[in-house]
Amino acid sequence: MAGRLLALAPTACAVVLVGYAIVAGGYFVALAGFALIYAVFVTGLNIFMGYAGQASFGQNAFAAIGGYVSAVLTTTWDWPTLPALGLGVTGAVACAVLIGWPTLRLRGHYLAMATLAIGLIVYEITVQWQSVTQGYMGISGIPPLGVFGYEAASDRAQLVLLSIVAAACMGSAWLIRNSRFGRALVALSGSEDAARALGIDVTRYKLAAFVLSAGYAAVAGSLFVHVVGFVSPEIFGMNMVVLGFTMLYVGGIGTVTGPLVGAIVINMLPETIRELKDYQDLVYGAALIVILIYAPGGLASLGALWRRPAEPPKPEPRPPVPEVVEAHPSEARP
Amino acid sequence: MTKDRATILETQALSARYGRIEALHAVDLDVGAGELVAVLGPNGAGKSTLLRSIMGLTDSSGTVRFEGEPLPRRDPVAVARRGVVLVPEGRGIFGPMTVAENLQLGAYLIGGRGPAFDQRLERVLTLFPRLKERLDQAAGSMSGGEQQMLAVGRALMAEPRLLMLDEPSLGLAPQVTAEILQTLASLNRGGLSVVLVEQKAPLALQIAARAYVVAGGTITARLDPREITSHDQLARYYFT
Repeated sequence: MAGRLLALAPTACAVVLVGYAIVAGGYFVALAGFALIYAVFVTGLNIFMGYAGQASFGQNAFAAIGGYVSAVLTTTWDWPTLPALGLGVTGAVACAVLIGWPTLRLRGHYLAMATLAIGLIVYEITVQWQSVTQGYMGISGIPPLGVFGYEAASDRAQLVLLSIVAAACMGSAWLIRNSRFGRALVALSGSEDAARALGIDVTRYKLAAFVLSAGYAAVAGSLFVHVVGFVSPEIFGMNMVVLGFTMLYVGGIGTVTGPLVGAIVINMLPETIRELKDYQDLVYGAALIVILIYAPGGLASLGALWRRPAEPPKPEPRPPVPEVVEAHPSEARP
Repeated sequence: MTKDRATILETQALSARYGRIEALHAVDLDVGAGELVAVLGPNGAGKSTLLRSIMGLTDSSGTVRFEGEPLPRRDPVAVARRGVVLVPEGRGIFGPMTVAENLQLGAYLIGGRGPAFDQRLERVLTLFPRLKERLDQAAGSMSGGEQQMLAVGRALMAEPRLLMLDEPSLGLAPQVTAEILQTLASLNRGGLSVVLVEQKAPLALQIAARAYVVAGGTITARLDPREITSHDQLARYYFT
């Protein structure tokens, strides 16, 4: 019972913090908003890394595609935000298919390096393609989130919308994990050969996980530019990848709620230790190390650490001694 | 030594390489329908490579025919669809998943749950009642013997026509090994064709109808277990 409560505690705290931000308003709204956007981003990363066991350092590329498509369509072509977000996601997914098909034949470090290159290439494009992206100057005046004619003008309204999107993304991640597809992803993360021997098309499933994670990243990228109202290449730089990784491991890689917990903790932590101004980075780093050492499964898996192994069932009376016993071959057969 | 039943699996000149090293050299092997064939040999002899080559998990040359038709090379999914199932060395259990999820993955090719799935699950849980008690337990937290039962149970969820096992006794207590092999013998008596790769030759020979000895990547002997009367005799086949 204590283990179950402890397992629920991080998620419950995260939900309460978001609820508090909606009620209290002010600076907390912005913090919670960014945390929810990152929760969506990290949920996608979790599908590819946590479920399927692959490595990607290029998720920022898909967030950039989602963000820039949304920004350009809404500012230059006056598209409503929802179709702009949809096209951004479609574009990111299409790129993920094109890039993933040859790239996902690689394994381990090679795959990680290839995905890192994807992020760098997209970054360069956002810098150099000035006629569309306006380079380092970025695009400003991006309208806030809106749905079917309704525009979430206030910070609180935006936070409510972000909460709905984040909840939908996490719900879909739960459905994926508990589906036949999700089990196949976890299987290939354990052993690709064992998965293949069961009839699982490993290459296709890796690509599907990559494409899905790109979709989540694009949603997060699009949400980000509409909440901030501005986009420039640095927003989707390597810092986003490092932050995403930290959130994933602190929250709990492979768990459904880990991305939300990690995103909230990593967003809130610098604020809670603000008084230790000069030592902020030191405390921040030390806290991360402590979490990773004592809860390697992340905060979302604390309950599992607490839980004791189930009492083994009482042994049934043993069956008669099997006929096969290790014996000298000469004694084995008449 | 003769085989008086239809051939379900046949390899001809099956060879496999890892880079420059030839791990398997021109192996000719056959398995009759409903037969339990043991593949014996010392460590590094090429036994696992043989199974992996049949399954299409390793680059190989030569021919593999299953039920008279060639098996696709380097396409384990297609091989699995034909009814050939491998229980890999080290069991290949997915530790973070529950026992129930592992069993569900065994029946991956029939899609979701349904009457066919329930029937298979009931059969496996009858065969291994211990798994029934642990359906919600993480597979990685079970004992080695239970994990091996799960590995065999998961393979049976696919309703294989040919079951291949790579060293099922690895790391298990003698009593547990005996239970597992006894179950295999019982499945074989029910008509299931089995290829059993095993280092514990005396145990494998007790349940096998025929045996091959593999050494240095080639088949060095074809045995009738009834003719093996001593350890020394067996050892000679290993080292010739």
